[in-house]
Amino acid sequence: MASLAASLLDLREMDRIALQKTSLHRLDPRAKVLATACFLVVLGSYNRLEVSSLLPLAVFPVALAAFGDVPFGFFLRKVLLGLPFILILGIFLPVLDPVPMMRIGSLDVSGGWLAYGSLMVRGTLAVATATALVAVTGFGDVCAGLGRLGSPRFFVQQLLFLYRYLYVVGEETQRSLLARELRSHGRSMGWREYPSFTGSLLLRSWERAERIHTALLARGFSGTLPARAYGTSAIEAWAFMLGWSGFFLCCRLFPLPRLLGALVSGGTS
Amino acid sequence: MSHHLVEARELSHAYPDGTNSLSGINFIIRHGESVAIVGANGAGKSTLLLHLNGTLRATSGEVRVGDLPLNATTLLEVRRAVGMVFQDPDDQLFMPTVLEDVAFGPRNLGLAAQESETRALEALRRVGAEHLASKAPYHLSMGEKRRCAIAAVLSMGPDVLVLDEPSTGLDPRGRRILIGLLKEFTHTKLIATHDLDLVRQLCTRTLVLQQGKLRADGPTQEIFADHGLMEDCGLEG
Repeated sequence: MASLAASLLDLREMDRIALQKTSLHRLDPRAKVLATACFLVVLGSYNRLEVSSLLPLAVFPVALAAFGDVPFGFFLRKVLLGLPFILILGIFLPVLDPVPMMRIGSLDVSGGWLAYGSLMVRGTLAVATATALVAVTGFGDVCAGLGRLGSPRFFVQQLLFLYRYLYVVGEETQRSLLARELRSHGRSMGWREYPSFTGSLLLRSWERAERIHTALLARGFSGTLPARAYGTSAIEAWAFMLGWSGFFLCCRLFPLPRLLGALVSGGTS
Repeated sequence: MSHHLVEARELSHAYPDGTNSLSGINFIIRHGESVAIVGANGAGKSTLLLHLNGTLRATSGEVRVGDLPLNATTLLEVRRAVGMVFQDPDDQLFMPTVLEDVAFGPRNLGLAAQESETRALEALRRVGAEHLASKAPYHLSMGEKRRCAIAAVLSMGPDVLVLDEPSTGLDPRGRRILIGLLKEFTHTKLIATHDLDLVRQLCTRTLVLQQGKLRADGPTQEIFADHGLMEDCGLEG
């Protein structure tokens, strides 16, 4: 109950952060969406056992968050929230591939563990980037960007409504849970109550969603949210997109950590 | 062309399950009139309101706004002309800030960002809520939300204001401010409410609905003085 309320507040906090006016916020959302897409493609193209060569990519989400004035604690919390899902996703990898691949000290590391590590790094990077993107763009503008890049309108609209109704369902659940809790005298919800609880919740959310949709239509909504004005030039948008894409390609083509390591050890020896 | 006129001709509506929610409603509302729609719960007030901007379509009969009959081709124009303020402002306000929310309507009308913002600020000024412009709607009190929801409709430059239970959930002070505010508007107003005291202060004319039928239509004072009628319609107060 409390955690649900906290998650809703967090979402709203995200909306608030997205309203800031840093130059990163004012950048055309298409540039940010494209750069992120490029990032995800590069991230997915690595060999499944790569770990260390993924690390330089972390510069992107961190830079987005830093230049977008996203509070560090908030950003970290959001990223950590995604971590358990990634952990569970790859839980069987170490079991499936027990063949030792490398040694760290006296410890044999199997291919499975390496793949698990790689998956964790990738997952974390993806979550961090998505979080940073929404925080410096706003969900509405991410959708607007997707739309202007040629994503089907239907898809964009669904995404928008998904986001809006997340609040609706969240708030309705919160209210229902509170109403139940106050009459439950400390007894937790039995399995018999679940169907009717979720059923009535669904119906109420549905009705409310309908009212919201009606209210949207009453104010001339026609499928797209009006995009905000962007304060930066097209040159800046291109520079942002090409600059970052170039960086991702460099990360992919050259083993930066190893080169850096060689440089440092070469410099010290 | 004047839109300051709402007309219902033999308006009837039946829900898909067959329940008749409105039957044979007739009225004409003229420029600048302030009209209350009263009736017990389930009398059809909300259903009637939803017909005025085309959210619900008449099963038979028609609604006219200005010179336009309400149909698929005039729908958008009618929705601009008829500003609907919903009962629960939380259903209406959804953008991250009040200013953006109030500018949402004008943006949908195709106005440029700057123009929309100017209009939004003007609308907020009219409801005395400029200071809330950069706030998030969910941080507002009920009274503030209601005023912003009204501004969100005013910003579209409507000719007719339709309000569903505008005083619900307001504390006495919030309610007084709202009534003062609505008094100042010269718009044609249609107010569905249970708040008879608000009706006395704001509306010169009252429509009484009873089980989907228009039971009475006349000057508020006369209608309220007819105790038999009021009691019969569940409105004794």
